[in-house]
Amino acid sequence: MKLSRFNLVTLILGLVFLYLPIVILVIYSFNASRLVTVWGGWSLRWYSEFFRDDAMLAAAAMSLRVAAVSATAATLLGTLAAVALTRGENFRGRTLFSGMLYAPLVMPEVITGLSLLLLFVAVNAERGFWTVTIAHTTLTMCFVAVVVQSRLGSMDRSLEEAAMDLGCNPLRAFIAVTLPLILPAVAAGWMLAFTLSLDDLVIASFTTGPGSTTLPIRIYSEVRLGVKPEINAICTLIIGLITLVIIAASLASKLSSRQGESAAPL
Amino acid sequence: MSGRRLFAGPARRAAVAPLLWMLLFFLLPFGFVLKISLSHTVIAQPPYLPVFDLTAGVAAIKAAFAALSLENFRLLISDDLYVLSYLRSVTVALIATAILIAIGYPIAYGMSRLPRRWQPIAMMLVIVPFWTSFLIRIYAWINILQHDGLLNKVLLALHVVSAPVVWLSTDTAMYLGIVYSYLPFMILPLYATLAKMDSSLLEAAADLGSSRLQAFWLVTFPLSLPGIAAGALLCFIPIVGEFVIPDLLAGSDSPMIGQTLWLEFFTNRDWPVASAIATVLLVLLVAPLLVYDRLQRRQLEARR
Repeated sequence: MKLSRFNLVTLILGLVFLYLPIVILVIYSFNASRLVTVWGGWSLRWYSEFFRDDAMLAAAAMSLRVAAVSATAATLLGTLAAVALTRGENFRGRTLFSGMLYAPLVMPEVITGLSLLLLFVAVNAERGFWTVTIAHTTLTMCFVAVVVQSRLGSMDRSLEEAAMDLGCNPLRAFIAVTLPLILPAVAAGWMLAFTLSLDDLVIASFTTGPGSTTLPIRIYSEVRLGVKPEINAICTLIIGLITLVIIAASLASKLSSRQGESAAPL
Repeated sequence: MSGRRLFAGPARRAAVAPLLWMLLFFLLPFGFVLKISLSHTVIAQPPYLPVFDLTAGVAAIKAAFAALSLENFRLLISDDLYVLSYLRSVTVALIATAILIAIGYPIAYGMSRLPRRWQPIAMMLVIVPFWTSFLIRIYAWINILQHDGLLNKVLLALHVVSAPVVWLSTDTAMYLGIVYSYLPFMILPLYATLAKMDSSLLEAAADLGSSRLQAFWLVTFPLSLPGIAAGALLCFIPIVGEFVIPDLLAGSDSPMIGQTLWLEFFTNRDWPVASAIATVLLVLLVAPLLVYDRLQRRQLEARR
């Protein structure tokens, strides 16, 4: 089937639409002018402003900690869930289990956030780092499960069977054979969980307490007041961090695709 | 296949931890939403009157059931604000999903027609914006759409308009933001369906005398309907409850239900009404959620 000119044009226009706003934002973060819409030459002024803004730095540190801990927990739980769903054959509660895993992917965040907050209030948990981390783990483990599940599903199962025929018990077969094969997908899952957690505003707003503000919450309260050049700089830093993560993830999935069909993040 | 069965037992046991986690932190919290939606609003911390007190025994539970009140739900029906918010949310989600299909389909189609070795690159390019922050992408549009922003500058320079146009705080800006944010969610399932399609079907259609356009409408399009359904649900359900985009880009005169919930919760501190709003929203979304769940499961488990 040939690629017509119409197809190519729509494809290019679509990609321009997706990337242009981000490119503009990044360029304007290097603007020397205080007026965000007037170009005043190149400068790193707003970056140094950010590194002197203690409240913003504290929020960034909080976000990175939440993202690292919740992504790790989510990767453990999500991988276990994916193994159970792809290798567990049929077990009781399977429908409920997979339903609970897929629902948070589309569930409006206001509902997830509100319901978790009410749980935390009901058990009198002190709101802050841990409540946000638990909330983010709950959301992101579902994404990890989907990514790992698609890799497990496309993997050749005869390798596991061979290991067991050669006398491995199932746990050993999993650790020696399955885990190394799905590791790139597991790594991609961790990185997806990390970026989703770093990005979340709504669920964090509900589940956090006074004194533990995450970066998106801070950015949001500034953005409501209008565009500020410092925010452009922070956003550019986040985009840079995420780009690094994506490069790592795509290297990981390249490794994984060498062993078979690639597991796309999502 | 003795190995396969041997593996299944331990694999099932792997479900225990994630299952308990989801029961505790996903399913159980809905119980609290329901409970608090049936409570009375009070000015206190937390700002609701608990209706259940399990420590007080059976009599107290009976009393609690008698005290359950539907006042919050009655309020939702009687006050226009809430009904209009729900209607607006569903309307916005329907219109946005239609636009997303119209824009996403040609892009996904173009991707599926690329030479094989370019396809993973194109897919990567579509996925990358999905990884970058939601909030940042909306903020990027505020940069462009503001009064003296880039869009107005370009339009003025090209003499398309004679005075700056107001873009922010309009429905146009909101739809733009929604379409921009959700486009990858629409493209990916569509692309997955279109890329799997057997091109010999199109050759057969051509051999039987149909034009390319006919072949598209009679073969490709019907076969891609599952992808359209998956993409539409993946976008429609979260858009109904969207908060950030309408809050930052749309005007304040007619809020979506996510904004109303946020307002009740954070500004008015009326937790029972916020919970009632969430309960009704969840009920509205149950049908699309169930369909989505079936599609998702079929897609993932076809490969098992």
